Amino acid sequence: MHETMSNEPRKAIALISGGLDSMLAARLVMDQGVHVEGINFFTGFCVEGHTHAIRKKDRKKQKRNNALWVAEQLGIKLHIVDVIEEYKQVLLNPVHGYGQHMNPCLDCKGFMVRKAYEWIQANGFDFIITGEVMGQRPMSQRRDTMPVVARESGAGDLLLRPLCAQHLPATLPEREGWVQREKLLDFHGRSRKPQMALAKQYGFSDYAQPAGGCCFLTDANYSAKLVDLWKARGERDYTFDDIILLKIGRHLRPSPGFKMIIAREEGESRFLAGYRYRYTSLDPQSHAGPLVLLDGNPAADDLQLAARITARYSQGRDAETVDIQVTDPQGTSRTLTVSPIPASEVLPEWHV
Amino acid sequence: MTAAHHQLDARHLLCPLPVIRTQDFVQTLQAGDILVVLCTDPGAINDIPAWSRINGHQVLETSEHDGEIRITIKVCSPDTGNPAE
Repeated sequence: MHETMSNEPRKAIALISGGLDSMLAARLVMDQGVHVEGINFFTGFCVEGHTHAIRKKDRKKQKRNNALWVAEQLGIKLHIVDVIEEYKQVLLNPVHGYGQHMNPCLDCKGFMVRKAYEWIQANGFDFIITGEVMGQRPMSQRRDTMPVVARESGAGDLLLRPLCAQHLPATLPEREGWVQREKLLDFHGRSRKPQMALAKQYGFSDYAQPAGGCCFLTDANYSAKLVDLWKARGERDYTFDDIILLKIGRHLRPSPGFKMIIAREEGESRFLAGYRYRYTSLDPQSHAGPLVLLDGNPAADDLQLAARITARYSQGRDAETVDIQVTDPQGTSRTLTVSPIPASEVLPEWHV
Repeated sequence: MTAAHHQLDARHLLCPLPVIRTQDFVQTLQAGDILVVLCTDPGAINDIPAWSRINGHQVLETSEHDGEIRITIKVCSPDTGNPAE
């Protein structure tokens, strides 16, 4: 793999998350004359424009895929890889456990580097670049865990971390002179100032700086909904639709047997309508109100309760009765006329 | 050689899935082929042209009607960025 003709530039694949660090890491190596292309893995948990695209109030916000934006700024190709199915094993059985929430960061990083390693072997590339900074993340970017990622991914010393390379043993690209180690950096710790200064030097602005990182699994509320889903179903598994629906709407579980996903506004109602063929849905008829999906196996009594709760979240919350259309996944509808449940009877513990 | 015309239905998929489906479909096409992608995620109207630009393909037209986005791409050679003659 490394015996490319001496006059051809070495080729590296950079893991591009869409954030600043991976952008800078790729650029540092490009500056050394290496041909760099980007790779981005879509796990289903990536914080991208999903909910922004769905919610009406966010529709005027600029929507862009940050990984594509970074690639365009750098002038490199980007390969986006769907790893939704493969990623299940990472999330469900992390060898190194979870972080603060349901984030299996160390296993996740190892998985992505392993996928990148497989990619360079299949595509004749020489090494892998990541934007990791020693000490920046509590789980995957520590002095003691960074070698774990290199070892368990199989990438070994083909994994170059240009932003903190000076703190690490020389990798093969450095030892072979494909890149000059002295031009690589010694960033460490949680401060973002060195990255921001370097971005300014390169003229990068308007880059993404997501407050909670780039993954929904680091979010406490999202993780709680995921755990609730597993508990209610009695098994740790999920479909892609499951994890998308956890990002949308207000989730209430009035009984162990079913959960309500209540649209918070028109955009979410429209989106949830696309799932009516899979879930029983409730739709206020006599008053304006949200579309509601029922996840689980609601009994007849449950439907009555769900209809009353749906009425509570409709414009008819103060009316004596509200007509709620209940439609099963086969498309059979009937109308329930119910009194909206009083606010005091919507128990706090129902909120997932 | 006559360019082949293809259509990809990526409606109801959330970004970046329309981009991934487009990327994977384009890999099966020849330079000069025309691909029409149908989507509903508003993000696709930016993302698919961005993906096309960085990979050297040409966006011929984008339009949006009743929430449905239609993007027409001319596939170019991955090495030269040129469509086949």
